[in-house]
Amino acid sequence: MPNTSVVIKGTKDGLSIALDPAVPLGDAANELTGRLTEALSFFQGARVVLDVGPRAMSESDWQRLQGVLSRSQIVLHSVVAEDEASRQAARAAGLHAAPPPARARPAQSRGAHAEVHTEGILIRRTLRSGAAERHTGHVVVLGDLNPGAEVVAGGDVVVWGSLRGVVHAGCMGDQEAVVCALYLAPTQLRLAGLVARPPDRGEGRPLGPEMARIRDGAIVVEAWDRAKR
Amino acid sequence: MANVITITSGKGGVGKTTATANLGTALAQRGCKVAVVDADIGLRNLDVVMGLENRIVYDLVDVVEGQCRLRQALIKDKRLPELYLLPAAQTRDKNAVDPKDMIKLCDQLREDFDFVLIDSPAGIEQGYKNAVAPADQVIVITTPEVSAVRDADRIIGLLESAEKRSPRLVINRLKPSMVKRGDMMDTADVLEILAIELLGIVPEDDSIVASTNRGEPVALNGKTRAGMAFQNIARRLLGDEVPFPEFNNASGLLGRLWGFVRSRPIDFKARN
Repeated sequence: MPNTSVVIKGTKDGLSIALDPAVPLGDAANELTGRLTEALSFFQGARVVLDVGPRAMSESDWQRLQGVLSRSQIVLHSVVAEDEASRQAARAAGLHAAPPPARARPAQSRGAHAEVHTEGILIRRTLRSGAAERHTGHVVVLGDLNPGAEVVAGGDVVVWGSLRGVVHAGCMGDQEAVVCALYLAPTQLRLAGLVARPPDRGEGRPLGPEMARIRDGAIVVEAWDRAKR
Repeated sequence: MANVITITSGKGGVGKTTATANLGTALAQRGCKVAVVDADIGLRNLDVVMGLENRIVYDLVDVVEGQCRLRQALIKDKRLPELYLLPAAQTRDKNAVDPKDMIKLCDQLREDFDFVLIDSPAGIEQGYKNAVAPADQVIVITTPEVSAVRDADRIIGLLESAEKRSPRLVINRLKPSMVKRGDMMDTADVLEILAIELLGIVPEDDSIVASTNRGEPVALNGKTRAGMAFQNIARRLLGDEVPFPEFNNASGLLGRLWGFVRSRPIDFKARN
């Protein structure tokens, strides 16, 4: 898991971007820029909340982060800051600011895959060419995923059927995300920041269910019975 | 009460117009009263394929705009007394009518006909939407080519989300010899992707080109292979159980290529 100062999470209300308060703002802003370009398509149209934690923020600090986000065409829904002065500065910068939710914030679970994604959706039909599904958590398709269709998920993707289209799992950078299918023959497969395609020639037909995941910095596909979790 | 059936494909050139003309002909030969409607406004073809081009006075847009009565625009076929054509306008475009107009028009046609067959334009835009709006049933046509199957899949997805009754599939221009050599997708390959009910398989047949150019649908002559296939589809539309001919059983292109490689390489080519 890369050491990261930016944690992007899916919540039931949309996307939350949390900045590590221990990292200088400039570094955090740079990393944010990088992460946004990785998963640009994912953020489009999403409701995004920025959480700075206890960090003290001035009006110009807020404007700087707004600049980073607006270059990726992201409009902030609201911001969360523990510090009242930071919230006031945010309001001065034209943002909707709120204190952290009353219930205890969960520990920043970096890389703890199961904790980052707590939600999933079930799509109970075949996704045909032209269909696109985006979700911040896990996605299960009960049907086929045909060529020309795509699923982009923050967590894992499971296809209970034939996967012939394009899938991006862990689109917000989760290196532990996996893709499983009864018949795994994707046009293209993306896991976190990696892109893979099946070999052009001599591809064997999948003989059974398979799972794709990242191992030693590369995407590998294994038969389900050999993929020890 | 008429059955309104739209024939569509997504991709152009796969045989929508030919199929419409031939199914209309085959149904009329079986004693049904049939209206074929050309919804490809601006690129009309159905009249040419049926050899009725020189009889057009009014067209679909004239009816919708109230320039004439429906009865005046319907052209009686020169061979079959139960077959009528409602031609498209050639000097207008798809935006000249909207889905509501088409539904209203087809409701009028329902009163007088057993079958209304609508020839859809290619694409998924306004013209397609107009053609599909009044349909009770949809027939999706594809050829055994990856690109045509991809577009058919897109169309089927759109029909499903529009909550139309599940469409049925016609595979057109299948070449049994190519399938046998493993150079063409076979019926099973196509159905594996599209997964909808198969209504018919039409083999590639040179007589289609000849008959289209003469303006005589090939179904008039039940002796040609394509003509026979269209007759079979017409019978299935009327509820008959007609077995599918055997030319679709050879293992297809994809199956063969895969068959050579037993083990599957574990590593995907990864690039960052």
